[in-house]
Amino acid sequence: MTQAFPFSAIVGQDDMKRAMILTAIDPKLGGVLVFGDRGTGKSTAVRALAALLPEISAIKGCPINSETAKEVPDWAELKTRTPVTRPTPVVDLPLGVTEDRVTGALDIERALTRGEKAFQSGLLAQANRGYLYIDEVNLLEDHIVDLLLDVAQSGENVVEREGLSIRHPARFVLVGSGNPEEGELRPQLLDRFGLSVEVRSPTDIDERIEVIKRRDAFESNPKNFLRRFRPKDAEIRDRILTAREKLPGIETKRPVLKDCAQLCVTLGADGLRGELTLLRAGRALAAFEGDDALHRDHLRTVAPLALSHRLRRDPLDEAGSAARVARTVKDVLG
Amino acid sequence: MTAGSQVWARAQLALELFALDPARLRGVTVKARAGPVRDVFLEAVAGLPGPVRKVHSGMGFDALLGGLDLSQTLASGQVRLRAGLLDQPGTVVLAMAERCPPDIAAILAAKLDTNPDLSLIMLDEGADPDEQAPQTLRDRLAFHVELDGIGRLEAKPFRLAAHPVPRHGSRSAKDVAHAIRDLTILAQRLGIDTLRAPTFAVETAKALAHMDRRTVPNDADIQSAAELVLAPRATRLPEPEPAEEEQPEAPAPQQTQAQDDRLPDDMLIDAVRAVLPLDLLDTLATGGTPQAKGSGAGQKKRSNRRGRPIPSQPGRLDGQSRLDLIATLRAAAPWQKLRGRTGARLCVYPSDIRLKRFEEKSDRILVFAVDASGSAALARLGEAKGAVELLLARAYAARDHVALIAFRGDKADVLLPPTRSLVQTKRRLASLPGGGGTPLAHGLKTAAELALHSQSQGMSPTLAILTDGRANIALDGSRNRAKAGEDASQMARWIRARGLPAIVLDLGTRPQPALAGLARDMAGTYLPLPRADAHRLSDALEQALDHGLGA
Repeated sequence: MTQAFPFSAIVGQDDMKRAMILTAIDPKLGGVLVFGDRGTGKSTAVRALAALLPEISAIKGCPINSETAKEVPDWAELKTRTPVTRPTPVVDLPLGVTEDRVTGALDIERALTRGEKAFQSGLLAQANRGYLYIDEVNLLEDHIVDLLLDVAQSGENVVEREGLSIRHPARFVLVGSGNPEEGELRPQLLDRFGLSVEVRSPTDIDERIEVIKRRDAFESNPKNFLRRFRPKDAEIRDRILTAREKLPGIETKRPVLKDCAQLCVTLGADGLRGELTLLRAGRALAAFEGDDALHRDHLRTVAPLALSHRLRRDPLDEAGSAARVARTVKDVLG
Repeated sequence: MTAGSQVWARAQLALELFALDPARLRGVTVKARAGPVRDVFLEAVAGLPGPVRKVHSGMGFDALLGGLDLSQTLASGQVRLRAGLLDQPGTVVLAMAERCPPDIAAILAAKLDTNPDLSLIMLDEGADPDEQAPQTLRDRLAFHVELDGIGRLEAKPFRLAAHPVPRHGSRSAKDVAHAIRDLTILAQRLGIDTLRAPTFAVETAKALAHMDRRTVPNDADIQSAAELVLAPRATRLPEPEPAEEEQPEAPAPQQTQAQDDRLPDDMLIDAVRAVLPLDLLDTLATGGTPQAKGSGAGQKKRSNRRGRPIPSQPGRLDGQSRLDLIATLRAAAPWQKLRGRTGARLCVYPSDIRLKRFEEKSDRILVFAVDASGSAALARLGEAKGAVELLLARAYAARDHVALIAFRGDKADVLLPPTRSLVQTKRRLASLPGGGGTPLAHGLKTAAELALHSQSQGMSPTLAILTDGRANIALDGSRNRAKAGEDASQMARWIRARGLPAIVLDLGTRPQPALAGLARDMAGTYLPLPRADAHRLSDALEQALDHGLGA
């Protein structure tokens, strides 16, 4: 399956799609965590997003996808620095990956054949200015998780090994997916994700039939299927681009700020990251919907995405944290 | 036809269908003990088109995903990489799938998702209901066959017939529309959540039609697809007429159309019912249980001294960890030329050092939640204290940890954080006060939190709740007997959801049915111990722990 399933052809799962669009509008949101049942299209959505994202301009051949010639690191040893447009990088971080592969390491081949000390960049470099996707993020080895946390926080990858001393920017949107039945995520890592989404299998029979139908249509004739959905994908892409331009001009009035704070206080979310993410996500949504200012309605929509993974676990609440957020939103925002 | 040979015929059909379209159907889970019947089946598997390779879950990441080929690299003085087993096209046979750890399963699943040329035959030898192949993988394979119960003579050897590869795209979407609708609805009614199941069923129906040289699946194909794909995944038996209420809500034109070209639902359901295993309900209960805890949360203990070996890591020799010689040599090998190796002496630098890592079964920890309320007479409390002390003494020998929580009044206190220290425990126990209400829910909550915390530090917790009575303080501190009981049982269900093993020791003079209910809610053991002294108490507890709780 070399062709990705089109993003706009995914049936339902609106929260997941919305969260992904929001991170595309504002990469500083800090990524999405998609947790949920098997076979609900988690991986499909991420791969579809990759195909949907607008292209970026980068220096040709630059290992860290630098935007300008000035930013190309010396170790890249590029002879020519011509800007080109290329798809937004979406890099897979497979389970069982070694540390060398993630951070980059000494280029063994060159060391051996030419006796030179050179740096071979890793996945973090590749993902710079793009997306880093970790499937089954809850099963990732601890030492890789620690490493990612550090880089995701600082936006910089520091390699001090095998006589190399290299630092390069590594700013990426972290997208994780997993099935909570197989293991939980450390709170530190949870907190690093800006938005979180819980996905469930659709229970509506017509929706289920539509899913299977589209899957079947896609697999039996991908060309026709893509032709059918390409305009819709392009429409979403255009809206993302427009929203990006609009984003800095979104007005945020004081009462809305107060709403944000009130929500987080009532929910007892730890730290201030909740408020900040809520605000950012709300503004991105406002931009996407073509509004000029942030309203309560936007907060209402993004609050479950931005806050549900920041709550202390309440064992007596069986409905799950998303429902708790929804309830509190109703109480606070009316 | 005997029952066994019918099962065998279905297994044969499943394998034939898989051989026809491995890219869409992805594989077969074979649940069977090793034996002649399975051997006959595996002989047929060996005849699959394309290479068939065997892997097992003990294989390292580098064998599965590729890595440095040591012998080639050494011989040539150049880096030679070896392709991983999972990167090559063909069918992979995973032996002893029930032992497959979640990280290996996740890798296999990711490879199945991204590499359409790879397919998987999974051999599940699990004997106990809670020992089964990873759900992530079973979900991604179309077929599930069970060979146990088939007689040797019923298992007739067969060879896979060569069918022409199906051409996709020649049909119009209309041809499969009613197969899609029937199979999706049926999957829903059988309680199958994942949408991969109906997708596989539709593909199976198409493959069946193709076998018959037709392009459109007919009713018989749909029925066989339901038997082959949906029946093994069923989590509930559909009620006789559940669609009755839903239909009036559906828009009218769709409804009439649905009735026109839909198979009679009951026929499909009867077909599925006929092939459902008799012990469906037993397996249902365990179907959803997590097979193992993920390591991302640090629940499994990594050790450098003992346990199951896992891939080694770079590090420094600090006198405690053990050197992984082979991995160190492997790391040093590519550099020899560069480092100016002369003669037979190897140049090994500190950065080559690889340390062995093992995954260890973690230490046990017993979390006692002791009722110190007024109703638990002081004498009983004394016995509980005595039992804890005795257990601790034994735990010291068995390398177990102990923690102690007392609940009384309106709160629960951690009197003793997880420890092995005997002296400390005795001192804390002596100062355990009594009196007040019974905040059972509080006690359970505190105990569960402590247990989860110790679990995240790599220990295997067990809860032991020692109480004599009914809860009368609710979680919010109010004196409301009804609410207190409700809170307690809700906490108990939460404990069960977290998979914490628990035991309830009833210290009352008469056994309390409410406590038995509480133990049921926790999926724990209930042990009424009227008039037990410290010795009997600790013996009973020890026995309960050794029989299925602590292991």
